[in-house]
Amino acid sequence: MTQSNTSAVDYNFDVVRQFTVMTVIWGIVGTLVGVLIAAQLIWPALNFDTPWLTYSRLRPLHTNAVIFAFGTSALFATSYYVVQRTCQAQLFGGKLASFTFWGWQAVILSAAISLPLGYNSTKEYAELEWPIDLLITIVWVCYAIVFFGTIVKRKTSHIYVANWFFGAFIITVAMLHIVNSMVIPVSAMKSYSLYPGAVDAMVQWWYGHNAVGFLLTAGFLGMMYYFVPKQSERPIYSYRLSIVHFWALISLYIWAGPHHLHYTALPDWAQSVGMVMSIVLFLPSWGGMINGIMTLSGAWHKLRTDPILRFLIVSLSFYGMSTFEGPMMAIKSVNALSHYTDWTVGHVHSGALGWVAMVSIGALYHLIPVLFNQGRMYSIRLINIHFWIHTTGIVLYIVAMWISGVMQGLMWRAVNTDGTLTYSFVESLTASYPFYFIRFLGGVLVVAGFLLMAYNMFKTIGAKDGSLKAVEEA
Amino acid sequence: MDYGTLRGLFALLILALFIIIVVWSYSKKRKTSFDEIANSILEKEQLQDNDNESHLKTDSKQETNNNV
Repeated sequence: MTQSNTSAVDYNFDVVRQFTVMTVIWGIVGTLVGVLIAAQLIWPALNFDTPWLTYSRLRPLHTNAVIFAFGTSALFATSYYVVQRTCQAQLFGGKLASFTFWGWQAVILSAAISLPLGYNSTKEYAELEWPIDLLITIVWVCYAIVFFGTIVKRKTSHIYVANWFFGAFIITVAMLHIVNSMVIPVSAMKSYSLYPGAVDAMVQWWYGHNAVGFLLTAGFLGMMYYFVPKQSERPIYSYRLSIVHFWALISLYIWAGPHHLHYTALPDWAQSVGMVMSIVLFLPSWGGMINGIMTLSGAWHKLRTDPILRFLIVSLSFYGMSTFEGPMMAIKSVNALSHYTDWTVGHVHSGALGWVAMVSIGALYHLIPVLFNQGRMYSIRLINIHFWIHTTGIVLYIVAMWISGVMQGLMWRAVNTDGTLTYSFVESLTASYPFYFIRFLGGVLVVAGFLLMAYNMFKTIGAKDGSLKAVEEA
Repeated sequence: MDYGTLRGLFALLILALFIIIVVWSYSKKRKTSFDEIANSILEKEQLQDNDNESHLKTDSKQETNNNV
């Protein structure tokens, strides 16, 4: 493994190291809050009758922590690393890169304070109030300057495909954030959306679904296109497919938002457009998944010995699963059963814990030794254990939510011969309790995995430079 | 030209663009350069001292997937 001190280019790895360490920390925090609110759904007394610990305030804290603290820190770390390595140029902007780190941590901290206090713009995944939104915009513009500045000063003639995905993610998130955060402030921590009624709902889900499409998909695909070839030591299966994949994915995702608003006040035609575009989206999604998995073609045996590669490849399997499930759930008749039930929660977590978390964890296990001048992680065995408890945790979680979700959907639509509802809402809730407990167990396993990862990371960082030797392949 | 016709033409334009991207990326002429790009991330630092360059080059050479 090439180390920073032997290379001719003086890479800026400081900011990458900072983001890498914080990714793991926020991973623990974010999933821990998730486990707490999962427990609250079984044992409501766990809010201890304090307003700051109620489910309604901690739920946005959980989603913000995992998406914007854990996920986005992972994207900062890997994009800053990949853009430097593939462009063979030092990060542009010097101190500006450092500012994006401290600025982003300030955003996370303000979220961690303002959300439990009850400040909430009521837009899902965009709950932060307007002063924090302004800070996000400033940090994000600096991020774009650092990233694209590095691309401009690259020493290679081409721009490697991973950077295309990272670039699309940075530009689109800026656009989504600015448009969806348009508000009229009425006080320091209170504002009202600029958009009226159904338009506001459409803008919100245009934002919401593209946060999934560009932050949680395109960004992490950038990660995939670098770290899967690196870890498997094979070039990507088809570079041509990666180009078609890129253009197809970014031009289709932007239209899928209305599927969040089936059977609402949104015009029917808009719902149908959203449904059709969501179904078409299946094609580029699977094109990308196949491209990643087939990179191992002819080297499948590596999966047997390399738990890091296992993280990366299984993440792609979960990506394939959830991008099949997603288009299916976007079909109106299926959505009539699945919407507002735990099925949605299961779908999101198969994408979040399966795809996003696993590809990040795999990439970080590859990255940490490189950043801290080691040949490998402190313990390969712990990575393997992490892989299995994380996978078991996800399977418990999503299977429980699938069963619970379909059951809820069926109970809510059941009617007696005289037209009255067969079940009350509370009856469906009581029926969900066992599955909430299984989900809680799955969450505990995921947190345990992250704790192992943190231990392994700090042991690797603390070890004497170069003392951990890479394992020679048999 | 009414709005509906304009939208139809725009859809055709996007379709044509997409076909051009597919034809361009799958043309035989591009194959070698794409293979080089795909392999570029696997080569160890290209700007290293000359004496151990040859050793590193052979070390990291990967076969490409010729079937795609």
